[in-house]
Amino acid sequence: MNQNTATLEPIKDGYNFAYLDEQTKRMIRRALLKAVAIPGYQVPFGGREMPMPYGWGTGGVQLTAAVIGESDTLKVIDQGADDTTNAVSIRSFFKQLTGVKTTESTSAASIIQTRHRIPETPLQADQILVYQVPIPEPLRFIEPSEVETRKMHALKDYGVMHVKLYEDIAHFGYIATTYAYPVRVNDRFIMDPSPIPKFDNPKMHQMRALQLFGAGREKRIYAVPPYTNVSSLDFEDHPFEIQAWEESCAICGSKDSFLDEVIIDDQGTRNFLCSDTDYCQQQVAKQAEKEEQAAEGEQDDN
Amino acid sequence: MTTSQPLLQVNQLTKLYAPGKGCEDISFDLYPGEVLGIVGESGSGKSTLLTSLSARLAPNSGDVLYLNRENNWLNLYELSETDRRYLLRTEWGVVHQHARDGLRMGVSAGANIGERLMAVGERHYGKIRSKGLQWMEDVELDVSRIDDKPSTYSGGMQQRLQIARNLVTHPRVVFMDEPTGGLDVSVQARLLDLLRTLVTEMNLAVIIVTHDLAVARLLAQRLIVMRHGKIVETGLTDQVLDDPQHEYTQLLVSSVLTP
Repeated sequence: MNQNTATLEPIKDGYNFAYLDEQTKRMIRRALLKAVAIPGYQVPFGGREMPMPYGWGTGGVQLTAAVIGESDTLKVIDQGADDTTNAVSIRSFFKQLTGVKTTESTSAASIIQTRHRIPETPLQADQILVYQVPIPEPLRFIEPSEVETRKMHALKDYGVMHVKLYEDIAHFGYIATTYAYPVRVNDRFIMDPSPIPKFDNPKMHQMRALQLFGAGREKRIYAVPPYTNVSSLDFEDHPFEIQAWEESCAICGSKDSFLDEVIIDDQGTRNFLCSDTDYCQQQVAKQAEKEEQAAEGEQDDN
Repeated sequence: MTTSQPLLQVNQLTKLYAPGKGCEDISFDLYPGEVLGIVGESGSGKSTLLTSLSARLAPNSGDVLYLNRENNWLNLYELSETDRRYLLRTEWGVVHQHARDGLRMGVSAGANIGERLMAVGERHYGKIRSKGLQWMEDVELDVSRIDDKPSTYSGGMQQRLQIARNLVTHPRVVFMDEPTGGLDVSVQARLLDLLRTLVTEMNLAVIIVTHDLAVARLLAQRLIVMRHGKIVETGLTDQVLDDPQHEYTQLLVSSVLTP
């Protein structure tokens, strides 16, 4: 994204730079421009077959392929982690076909492709966050017809969105939706923020980075430009809340990051770990630094 | 009644799918608190007329004018679709013949009743809930079943739920397409009784399409008889049914079965 992408040289024999042909990239960029211009609006695009199955992030991969340039630094996460199968294979896919630098550090990346999480480290204005989206239509659960849902978006006919939340409260006593929690973007369109936990919803609000969403199977692109209002739907007497844990991360001790519950032996012993591996390592490094300084301080005292 | 202004004015409304198929040159007025019955044989254009009147099917020609709560005349098909939908959610109600068409079968009864409220901006769960409970009671449904899905309800209960769902925003006009069709006679009687009470209590204007003359006799004050897409006779219900003038009405009245 940082240079004229038209002059990019292929890296691997028989493949264009970043896999997609230039015409396809242009088509996707045009759709992206429209998506950025109308925050939260789902723009149809001619999704291509990618060398991976649907559900593995074909939408996100196409977006990344369309915006990536030689000087970019790519980070790929899956459920917050850099070392899971999906993240590792997408990262190596782009490494082979673009030769760009890859990183596991959130702050060092210019493009971050993500599945199911927003990094804990706040993103900056020169970064792009690319989401992989399975079902882009937030109204789909109640209205199976695409014709009808598009009409509902056009007419701002969003009463049914609260029906879903009503059902939650009626059956569980609280809003039990924990992921893909519907948001209203720029006070207009209702958007499915992809299956990120609702813990991450507040991070989307007024985010400095550009957020792009790609759904490969459904062939839809949508976007949230930097510094855009994103509010989560709720009721006056049941306001939006994010998850909280009594435990802290077993590795870094963090109390304010999103924790995964992990069973670690056959006896059912369980631990809570940061889902964002980069953030966890940062915290560990910070603590090590502090301890070192403390140790040095003690030495000086002696 | 005659001194008040009409609520709905229909002028030469025509919606034809093919020559003779649909409804043609329909004109009438509907007054506040009035129940108007539309009767006629199958294929006579009753349902087409009702769909067209209730802003869901654009006519070929003619106007439907509606006097809204703010006392402004609205020309239905000159409104934007947003406004038409808003009208359908607030001041109007549509009761379908098959409750399944009018209900969301995938969500609970309470959510079905609350949907209209949420669509017009109610954002307080407690209020939505208590209105839901109140309406369940008003249409004689067991309030303990508020969290059950309508698919677990019987046909008569579904129909009553559909009525509650429509009346929750206190509409002024309700369109009903054979609301008692497909129900057994005892359930029919109970539903008709309920409808009659609600109509009187809420001072509703109702347009009810039916082929059952007994239903028309019980609910409607005025009757329109249709054949081949046209109005053949209109008048007070008792007058039309007891002293039919048009030959088709005479046929219709004489072919009613009495047990």
